[in-house]
Amino acid sequence: MWIIKLAWKNLWRNRSRTLISVAAVFFAVLLSTIAESLKQGVFENLVKNVVSFYTGYIQVHKMGYQQEQLLDNSFEEDSRVKDAIQSATNIRVIAPRLEGFALASSEALTKGCLIIGVDPAFENEITGLRARLVTGVFLNNRDTGVMLSEGLAKRLKISLQDTVVLIGQGYHGATAAGKYPVKGLLRFGSPQLNDKLLYMPLPVAQDFFSAQQLITSYVVSLHTDKELNQTAMQVSKQIGDQYEVMTWEELLPDIKQHIQTDSNNMKVVQGVLYLLIFFGIFSTLLMMMLERKFEMGMLVAIGMKKSKLVQLFLTESVLTVLIGCIAGLIASIPLVYYLKKYPIKIGGETAKAYERFGFEAIFPTSTSSSIFLSQALAVLIIGLVLSLYPVYKVIRLNPVTAMKK
Amino acid sequence: MPKTVIDAHTISKVYNPDTIPVYAVNNVHLHLEEGEFTALVGPSGSGKTTVLNMIGGLDKPTEGNIYINEVDITKLSQSELINFRLHNIGFVFQSFNLIPVLKAKENAEFIMLLQGVKKKEREARLQQLFKEIGLEDKMDVRPAQLSGGQQQRVAVARALATRPRFILADEPTANLDSVAASKLLDLMEKLNREEYMTFLFSTHDQRVIDRARRVITLVDGRIASDTAAVSTEFPHG
Ligand SMILES: Nc1ncnc2c1ncn2[C@@H]1O[C@H](COP(=O)(O)OP(=O)(O)O)[C@@H](O)[C@H]1O
Ligand SMILES: [Mg+2]
Repeated sequence: MWIIKLAWKNLWRNRSRTLISVAAVFFAVLLSTIAESLKQGVFENLVKNVVSFYTGYIQVHKMGYQQEQLLDNSFEEDSRVKDAIQSATNIRVIAPRLEGFALASSEALTKGCLIIGVDPAFENEITGLRARLVTGVFLNNRDTGVMLSEGLAKRLKISLQDTVVLIGQGYHGATAAGKYPVKGLLRFGSPQLNDKLLYMPLPVAQDFFSAQQLITSYVVSLHTDKELNQTAMQVSKQIGDQYEVMTWEELLPDIKQHIQTDSNNMKVVQGVLYLLIFFGIFSTLLMMMLERKFEMGMLVAIGMKKSKLVQLFLTESVLTVLIGCIAGLIASIPLVYYLKKYPIKIGGETAKAYERFGFEAIFPTSTSSSIFLSQALAVLIIGLVLSLYPVYKVIRLNPVTAMKK
Repeated sequence: MPKTVIDAHTISKVYNPDTIPVYAVNNVHLHLEEGEFTALVGPSGSGKTTVLNMIGGLDKPTEGNIYINEVDITKLSQSELINFRLHNIGFVFQSFNLIPVLKAKENAEFIMLLQGVKKKEREARLQQLFKEIGLEDKMDVRPAQLSGGQQQRVAVARALATRPRFILADEPTANLDSVAASKLLDLMEKLNREEYMTFLFSTHDQRVIDRARRVITLVDGRIASDTAAVSTEFPHG
């Protein structure tokens, strides 16, 4: 107990040095927590965006569809398959889709479009399609109309209640043709999608493509993205090898790559940060040891066991690092929450790239409690590793040389 | 029959034995009885500190043996030596004896804490010690608020606190003015007379040398003279 008291008093013998050490630890925890929470926040946000944007977390296709995205690679909508997927843990919603290309015509113009036959209610559960509706009504599965992306409507110079004529190739080379009333307009951030998407209820699409009972994919959303790969594996095992199970990471390798790169860059930043902290604390430690060399020698000379002296220095280090860590934690919590509520806005080219995908150009933070704890712990460990230096010095201490002027 | 407290047999300390050997201490015999008040004198570099360090178990002689109360301390391990010092030897150094963040009394209490002395006993001892050194009114003062002479007296109190066999003081007055030096010597003499505490101190100050009952003179690491005959006849009590 008296060791702790003495350690505490020693902390304040050189107030500014102790404050520098505490501040180093404090900023270390603060900055590394913010860096980590930004890293994870951006990552989570991107995944959420990507997934809820179009692909879903997981898609189930007929084997080979990803390579050749043709109607001929569709498969029969089957409650057994659906049940098999559902039987995996962590599955939230399963939505069927039938996708195919066609030509869309108004009275004057013809443009290419991507037809997506969906069950609107399920689709909305996964991609939030209803929120993209800017005018008109959101279809239900028994409707006979279609919803156009705004850009496509503009290119065709048609609006709500007009009729769109679709011509294309159906299943196994059948001719596909039909006339459909425009019931709603949807807005997508990405120009590529906004200029060519056309949604229709699944039965209508199956009818149009002469693909009765057929779909090209089941789009799956999960309760938590933490077990993405395990879930995909489980599903794959359940439904057998006529089907391919693809995660969003496989469906959108570019985005996965982008996240990986960003996250690696952040790791470098954090590494540099840790290094700065390391040397910041180390230099104050060096100064302290130099200043107290004589005193250490004197204490051992008069009969203080080295183990006691080690205890004293360890207590001093632990107190310093702990104060800094706790203060850093306390300060980082409101800051991280603030940055979640008022996220940092991205600027320049990157912002444009984000917006093209229809994502908000922001850097939100993640407030997962594990971030605070892991970063505080990391700094704490750095601090404790550093405090082994005085321990080493004490063990090697020779009172005679230490007390030499 | 007086009791022997220090018995150093032909001790030598050689630095750089492999290159250019330096004999810091060369074949020194030193025999101290309980109750002595002995000065180790000699010019700077004559080996005073080295002798005291070896006797105090801080440094090992290259050759020779040192018996303290019949224990050969040259045979003890580093950690045994620390414990031995704590229980048998009081140290007073030239300066910076005290822990700056502790009050005067806490500095003396510190060493009793190392010994594991009970609180009640510590407090009684502190009262007694500070009365002896005449600094009862400075017990709660930090070292920085004390004069150099007062700091050295607190160092003596700390050395005494553990009830050692003897006190080693390496140039305890070197940083003091003559009045403070004289007062420190008064205190040491009083403790020697009243408590029969054995002192071995080094100095090169003639006024301090004059106060010693026995003077051992070192020149180039060898004993040049020793007034031992005089010292043992001091009537005490
Ligand atoms: N570590 C060392 N290496 C080499 N020589 C040393 C070392 N320590 C002390 N000496 C030498 O030993 C001699 C005695 O030194 P010291 O005991 O400090 O003398 P004093 O205390 O009488 O001034 C000196 O000549 C000094 O230079
Ligand atoms: Mg000396």
